[in-house]
Amino acid sequence: MSESWLIQGARVLDPANGLDAVRDVHIVDGKIARVAESIAPEGLLVVNANGLVLTPGFVDLHCHLREPGFEYKETVATGTRAAVQGGFTTVCSMANTDPVVDTPATVAFILERAKDAAAARVYPLAAVTQGFGGTQLVEMAALSDAGVVAFSDDGLPIADARMMRHALEYSLLVGKPIVNHCEDPALAHGGVMNEGLTSLRLGLRGMPAEAEETMVARDALLARRTGAHVHIAHVSTQGSVEIIRAAKQQGIRITAEVTPHHLTLTDSLVAQRLHAGKGTGFAYDTHAKVKPPLRTEADIKALVEGLNDGTIDAIATDHAPHSTTDKLCEFSDAESGISCLETAFSQAYQLVQDGRITLQTLISKLTVEPSHVFSLRTGTLSPGAPADIALLDLEGTWTVNPSAFASKGKNTPIAGTTLPGRVALTFVDGRPVHIADGYEERGATQT
Amino acid sequence: MPLERKDLLDLDDFSSEEITLLLETTAAMTEILSRPIRRVPTLRGKTIVNMFYEASTRTRSSFELAAKNLSADLVNVSASQSSVEKGESLIDTMRTLQALGADMLVMRHWEAGAPYLAASWLHASVINAGDGWHAHPSQALLDLYTVQERRGAIEGLKLVIVGDILHSRVARSNLWGFGKMGARVVLCGPPTLVTPDILGIAENLPWVTISYDLDEAIADADVVMMLRLQRERMASGLLPSLREYAARFGLTQKRMRRARPNALIMHPGPMNQGVEITPELAYSEQAVIEDQVANGVAVRMAIFYLLAGTSERIA
Repeated sequence: MSESWLIQGARVLDPANGLDAVRDVHIVDGKIARVAESIAPEGLLVVNANGLVLTPGFVDLHCHLREPGFEYKETVATGTRAAVQGGFTTVCSMANTDPVVDTPATVAFILERAKDAAAARVYPLAAVTQGFGGTQLVEMAALSDAGVVAFSDDGLPIADARMMRHALEYSLLVGKPIVNHCEDPALAHGGVMNEGLTSLRLGLRGMPAEAEETMVARDALLARRTGAHVHIAHVSTQGSVEIIRAAKQQGIRITAEVTPHHLTLTDSLVAQRLHAGKGTGFAYDTHAKVKPPLRTEADIKALVEGLNDGTIDAIATDHAPHSTTDKLCEFSDAESGISCLETAFSQAYQLVQDGRITLQTLISKLTVEPSHVFSLRTGTLSPGAPADIALLDLEGTWTVNPSAFASKGKNTPIAGTTLPGRVALTFVDGRPVHIADGYEERGATQT
Repeated sequence: MPLERKDLLDLDDFSSEEITLLLETTAAMTEILSRPIRRVPTLRGKTIVNMFYEASTRTRSSFELAAKNLSADLVNVSASQSSVEKGESLIDTMRTLQALGADMLVMRHWEAGAPYLAASWLHASVINAGDGWHAHPSQALLDLYTVQERRGAIEGLKLVIVGDILHSRVARSNLWGFGKMGARVVLCGPPTLVTPDILGIAENLPWVTISYDLDEAIADADVVMMLRLQRERMASGLLPSLREYAARFGLTQKRMRRARPNALIMHPGPMNQGVEITPELAYSEQAVIEDQVANGVAVRMAIFYLLAGTSERIA
């Protein structure tokens, strides 16, 4: 039986089609049928979206769903539930599971779990090298056929330049990008935070910006030589932005993403005393430990410029859920990563409120642009596209409360912070999969 | 005036009044140590635990003697013979010691920030006895006390700290301690151990300057503090050889003549004689290295006394 929905009266912002106007959106059988002014509601399930902004559901190029192997941190079910709470309807899951995603069987397992339990669309990445060993390529053709969208050894940088060269060359066979976490291990030298004044003051081993930048430069040159597509994960420094900008100007096939935390937080957070009052200061908050590390205001400025001039293609979360015990320890021993699918939009929306990027740019970097990076079919409201939709209340605010996260990962350095902008409703395949508290009355009325 | 703090983690957030209080209390403790029977009942019934995750001779013994002089019960725990070996987390270990009745925990740990983690989870006092490269506040206090004892005041003095600044918790804590008390601090060493980033620190802290030239840095110094050079710095590519290090940054009599005539020589120990300092200088009139050790006990008595917030008078 066919099911028809009408979302009425929202400001529809669809960068893929250059649209920013009040429109009605008609959905039939889980697909966008039509976006137009005043569509007759007769016989349809109607959602009143007056005052809300309607965008394509967000596309996350980089998140960790942890299944198989680390189900105590996250599962496909909980991770995708967190995704839709945050407006993300497409998530690309990283390959650092146990076992590592390096065979079609593991890909099939994840897709099976997604079919059974996922609230959002899941596209897995596979490793570049077998078992993340860094020495032997995975079967890219078989994995591509099995459904992976890109290849990455995730947190393990491809340190060997010759290996990276061959990975890029071989990827031409399948036409899918190699994603690299750029961090030269020798320069990083076991650093646990950004190297700078804060690391010096705290006596923690820092990793310099150049650990990232030298590898970004290397990868840009190898992409130039091979003609293959390299995608730089979570760019965090000014120097990386400059290198990627120059590479794009030369026509090199290089794309890049940035996380909401690298756009909004600095390394000073590690030194921040969380509990005011003499003698009870607790600096060294392990929730602020992430790779790449939080950097400086100058880096944030460059990253924002990179978004504005097209150097950086996408905002990706690098959602990295961890259990309480993974973080409840000495700083150097703590796992790196931030659980942020549920906070990403609001964190990034702060930049819009501050006038540093436009709402159009923000939505573009969360929808059509990431979609293009991995050649996905979502991130647009074109007729016939899957009806994956986010409805945003830009006037709303909320306070980050990790215990209310859908994600198993409660690890966020911004607990207790009040953020602007709420994800009111999220649709996947034309059905509401998330309705935030206070927006229930927006739900469908049968006419 | 009481010290309104639960913990002693670093001197970076101490006021000069608080440091003065600690130094004045140390003077009172020094008086106790000069008596024939060096023991007062002030902390009778209090339990202090020395929790050392890293080896230490002088600091651990110094805290132990300080506790005993105040009649506290003291338990020594080292990580190698505790449940840390069985994989117990830091917080569990600390909470267990607190549950056993510890009023104060003295903690030495190889990781910067570990005492902050403990302090945030305990109602017992945490005293940082050295955390990684980060801080060693009781050492800075005993250094301040030693200089004040000889010079009368810290304000206006020029302190030169020489050596491996990058990896030194002693340098970091003294930077704050001497700065807050009005001294100028020069950090001197090779650029791999006084990295250009440290210039940024100097820009933010007006009392700090850096130098790669000991002959220049030492001119008119009131206090010269030599740091221990770890031999692994050569293997990790930071220094070419001990010979070159000693030639440029070792303290010799010739160099010492450029300092003020009555300048003090300090070293937190253990020394590498013949590398950072010649034996002649280490045992000279100007050296106050053994005073530092002796004053350490009084300083730690003062720390215990003030953190205990006891109403009982010292004498």
